[in-house]
Amino acid sequence: MEWFRKAKAGLSGESKRDIPDGLWTKCGGCGEIIYALELERLFWVCPTCDYHFRIRHSDYIRLLLDEGVIEEYDRGLVAQDPLKFRDKKKYPERIADSQKKTGLADAIVCGVGKIGGRGVSFGVMEFAFIGGSMGSVVGEKVARAIERAMTRQIPLVIVSCSGGARMQEGILSLFQMAKTSLLLAELAEAKIPFISVLTNPTTAGVMASYASLGDVIIAEPKAQLGFAGPRVIKDTIHQELPEGFQSSEFFLEHGFLDRIVRRKDLKSTIISLLSFLCGPKAGVVEKSGHTLPNTVLESAETL
Amino acid sequence: MGPGTYLDFEKPVVELEAKIRDIREFARGESVELSRELHLLERKLERLRQDTFSNLSRWQRVQLARHPMRPCSQDYIDKMTTGFVPLHGDRAYGDDRALIGGPAMLGDRPIMILGQQKGRTTKEKLANNFGMCHPEGYRKAMRLMILASKFGRPVVILIDTPGAFPGIQAEERGQAEAIARNLREMSILPVPIIVSVVGEGASGGALGIGIGDRLLMLENAWYSVISPEGCAAILWPGEAAANAPRAAEALRVTAEDMSEFGLVDRIVPEPLGGAHRDPNTAASLLHATILECLVELSPQPVDDLLARRRDKYRRVGVFAEDETF
Ligand SMILES: [Zn+2]
Repeated sequence: MEWFRKAKAGLSGESKRDIPDGLWTKCGGCGEIIYALELERLFWVCPTCDYHFRIRHSDYIRLLLDEGVIEEYDRGLVAQDPLKFRDKKKYPERIADSQKKTGLADAIVCGVGKIGGRGVSFGVMEFAFIGGSMGSVVGEKVARAIERAMTRQIPLVIVSCSGGARMQEGILSLFQMAKTSLLLAELAEAKIPFISVLTNPTTAGVMASYASLGDVIIAEPKAQLGFAGPRVIKDTIHQELPEGFQSSEFFLEHGFLDRIVRRKDLKSTIISLLSFLCGPKAGVVEKSGHTLPNTVLESAETL
Repeated sequence: MGPGTYLDFEKPVVELEAKIRDIREFARGESVELSRELHLLERKLERLRQDTFSNLSRWQRVQLARHPMRPCSQDYIDKMTTGFVPLHGDRAYGDDRALIGGPAMLGDRPIMILGQQKGRTTKEKLANNFGMCHPEGYRKAMRLMILASKFGRPVVILIDTPGAFPGIQAEERGQAEAIARNLREMSILPVPIIVSVVGEGASGGALGIGIGDRLLMLENAWYSVISPEGCAAILWPGEAAANAPRAAEALRVTAEDMSEFGLVDRIVPEPLGGAHRDPNTAASLLHATILECLVELSPQPVDDLLARRRDKYRRVGVFAEDETF
């Protein structure tokens, strides 16, 4: 089943919901109170400290895909409850709550769109859906996105935002790491490029599978990245963790990231990389190939 | 077994076994005829063993998988193979002692055998980091697997880990990248891979050496996306230890559970009460199963082998389609 969707106009950062009238937002980095409309123009990046607010999956669709349009696939894949997992809440209730909150069936949106005029198989994760966790549905949709890239011979771009594998589906979640990585081996053999974009946070099972397997791996500034969670590490080694530990900057310094890219530069960076990976595309202006609205670009210049 | 080397639920069995041993020795020493009493006690012991061990809860199996006397990977390598030559290092950073491996003979077949080695003594456990690998452990494993594939040798892997090590250096050296790379490369390694979970199979730390053509699990081994304690710490913060048994039930961590999900190819039986009660039998049962798998897999052309491996992992997952979204 295919869906043509255009992401709603206007970026809707996480913190907007916390402000009663939606007019002012407190920066999670420096604490400054910022006018929400101003933030929206700045892609929800603090003009003072460069803090990147977490934004919704639909914001990334609007930010990265031409005209903000995605031809969505597999929208109706929904989780089951193979473990009959019960804690304080039943797993199906957790799913239903997240579906209601996000309007999505699960924690990722996948489809086909264009970036700088070039067709891409695109996936973007939604943290608001059980922490962007990967269960069978996320694993399957990533797998299909990889297969779609192979079938159509188009590059793959995935924007990750996830706390890792979804506990409530137990071992089946863990094995999604294997499934997605296996398909990326095939993608690599087919010489189809994969750009992995890491946002805050990308950790654990997602970081230890497809998110780390990009031909090029880029991350937004100051994202929390890593395998183990900071609490688990602290409890294990009984030490305070150094400042900036497991940040994008930490990953870059240790050689596990190709580049840190500010939100306003994500699209142009991906376009440049795709020109190298796929070769120049006839009829597409690569140099300033943005299709972002001018207003967005102009405000980005003020950063 | 001395005190402290048995679990609470094993205690009645261990005590009765000790009692029978004492009586037998006494009878021998004093030349007293106690065979009738002994016979009765032995029947009682048999019943007690059955009652204790034939209906283990998931949490009890987790405890057996962590039993201080449970055979380690090195024990299985020693008992199952000959001519094992341990090799070291990842050729990049260092040698991770949590991961042992090298060429060996399984019967008359040359194999590459790898395993996570928790260690038995305190000194060994510390040196081996309790079987928790750093990135160099995963990279060492990959190096040895590539070596095996270069010369067409099958790979046999023994999983026994409480998890990949969560530490500062592990993150600095790319724990996530090391595991992810193994997942990708193992899925196309052009030789048979037989993976056995012999003890604990905790999360990505286990999966990082866990892709293969056959997945075996020992009867009392556990495998899950997170340890019961880790799960309990998330769901019931502050009272994690008390809730670990509950988490083990919720996560469905046993070999039988894995088999129900269709993820395990064979469950390898253990001697009644667990592998530690008869390590030789445990090792010979595992040996026989691995050999059967090798016999099945070795004649397969590489393309078929890889196609089947692909299908096995491509199918994993439980989901439905809902048109209303
Ligand atoms: Zn700020």
